[in-house]
Amino acid sequence: MIALLTRDLRLAMRAGGGFGLGLSFFLIVVVLVPFGVGPETALLSKIAPGVLWVAALLACLLSLDRIFALDFEDGSLDLLATSPLPLEGVAAVKALAHWLTTGLPLVLAAPVLGLLMSLPASGFGPIVLSLLFGTPALSVIGAFGAALTVGIKRGGLLLSLLVLPLYMPTLIFGAEVARRGAEGQDYMTPLLMLAGISAATLALLPFASATVLRVNLR
Amino acid sequence: MIAMELRVDNLTVARGGLPVLEGVSFALTAGRALVLRGPNGCGKTTLLRTIAGLQPAPVGEISLDREAMAYGAHADGLKATLTVEENLTFWAQAFGTDQVEAAIASFNLDELRTRTAGTLSAGQKRRLGLARLMVTGRPVWILDEPTVSLDAWSVKLFADVVREHLKAGGMALLATHIDLGLEEADELELEPFKAVSSLGDSFDEAFL
Amino acid sequence: MASFWEYANPLKFMRTTERIFPFVTWAAVVCFLGGLIWGFFFTPDDYRQGSTVKIFYIHVPSAMMAINIWVMMLVTSLVWIVRRHHVSALAARAAAPVGAVMTLVALFTGAIWGQPMWGTWWAWDPRLTSFLILFLFYLGYMALWAAIDDDDTAADLTSVLCLVGSVFALLSRYAVNFWNQGLHQAASLSLDKEENVADVFWYPALVCIAGFVLLFVALVIIRTNTEIRARRMRALLARERQA
Repeated sequence: MIALLTRDLRLAMRAGGGFGLGLSFFLIVVVLVPFGVGPETALLSKIAPGVLWVAALLACLLSLDRIFALDFEDGSLDLLATSPLPLEGVAAVKALAHWLTTGLPLVLAAPVLGLLMSLPASGFGPIVLSLLFGTPALSVIGAFGAALTVGIKRGGLLLSLLVLPLYMPTLIFGAEVARRGAEGQDYMTPLLMLAGISAATLALLPFASATVLRVNLR
Repeated sequence: MIAMELRVDNLTVARGGLPVLEGVSFALTAGRALVLRGPNGCGKTTLLRTIAGLQPAPVGEISLDREAMAYGAHADGLKATLTVEENLTFWAQAFGTDQVEAAIASFNLDELRTRTAGTLSAGQKRRLGLARLMVTGRPVWILDEPTVSLDAWSVKLFADVVREHLKAGGMALLATHIDLGLEEADELELEPFKAVSSLGDSFDEAFL
Repeated sequence: MASFWEYANPLKFMRTTERIFPFVTWAAVVCFLGGLIWGFFFTPDDYRQGSTVKIFYIHVPSAMMAINIWVMMLVTSLVWIVRRHHVSALAARAAAPVGAVMTLVALFTGAIWGQPMWGTWWAWDPRLTSFLILFLFYLGYMALWAAIDDDDTAADLTSVLCLVGSVFALLSRYAVNFWNQGLHQAASLSLDKEENVADVFWYPALVCIAGFVLLFVALVIIRTNTEIRARRMRALLARERQA
């Protein structure tokens, strides 16, 4: 398991598709928003939490199809399925690797981008917290979507169509935490809901992912 | 390695819900290789994947546990950006063995150790792919078209490697078109096992 | 009495459903015409909403169907996963586009109703938003069916998607409620009689609902039979190629 994790991290670093790409995409989306809505500080600071969340979600989506597709194409997945590692574990570890290469950098970069979006000072803690608790769910749900579409050529678009509706509860609670935080309200309830979603998906979805992977390998 | 036997009994394999081969039976003992022959599309790949446990068999029995088998298609499962050693180390860890050094030595990969797999030639890659099978530490190699895109020299090298594996008490089940020069290999023609009847029970009767 | 599961046999299913299909269709037509004519012309206008309230005879049944069809797909998906009856999987596949259209109808009639009532075609109200999300789930489900060539693989994958999707759809419903308290009125119909609209509206509405259910049954029968035949054709072609 740890071997699989280190391998995936190493692959992400060497191929350059992992850390860099998602993060740059996050940056670009956030930079585009002021061009779209105008440079007013008041407006930007009001929409900052939501923009940061939607941008993080899209950045996460960008690298989802790599979770299983590459291993499927070169036959690694066949061999992993016949190895002593349980496929559920493989699915969970792959989601974890995706989070470490995509989700975690987003969490760390969010405060800097918050500055660009003139996020109120009280909003920095909540945005980091909400992304920290929310992005694991994004990775795990995304891994399930990637497992569903692994056998489909050019399944990227379909993957987005399948995964985005599943992202909605996470987005709603995550953005709510960030918004309430920025407005100086109490954000404990949505934060707990968000953490609950992350914990539940983390516990259950790898089983669904493994099931559909087995079907796709048939 | 313990002497073991792979016995396949009255096996039916299906592709896309339709049976392609039925009544396939053979036995493979330690130190032996079996080459499956048949025209394209006759179900060789399906049969190998079924035996390796990647897809369910509607009818029939396979005596050996999946834990004894290592499956290799012509896709190598190698990562172009990892070095030879890293590739092998990962698979050794995944399968819980420590045969990396032995595999590197016996496949003559020592000088290539720190090269990334993407820069290897086709023949070198094949050697690495087979070394990957070796580090799994599993006695039964199931190989699907292992010699695709290989020149004559690499084919010979491949045959030597398989021979080594057999000498050590392993087994190999191959689907291939070329003559590998493996004198100890038996051959099995799949044409006679071509499925004629439908699956019968589940849906076929109603759909056909 | 024969076991219910006998109808899992495609031939038996086709034979039986084709026999009842004309009755279901005519019953649907009668209920539709009856319910709508009754509702449109023989009920009084609402004292507050005027005649706009009458769109309710289409809006409410289609909204109910939109949700219930997803539940039906969930049940048939479960049957496929547990008992591997092909008809069940094909019925889920056949129901999905009907459900998607029902969701659209509910959204559109809602917009038309909402314009004079709330002064807006669309608001990010929890109910409206939930239906939009439900529509996206239908879209994803149908797209996955369409994308996979192998029938059994497609059935397996969409069933798992339907299961996981149901959980997330439910979760979205609560999340959306949390996110925005809305302006949509409470459910118009419920078993708890006291909250219900007056009987004059209630009876024609019931007939309309029956019409929608019958229409759905008729559509699913015909679409499932089409799917079975298409599947059978593919099986025959595959066999021919093999021989």
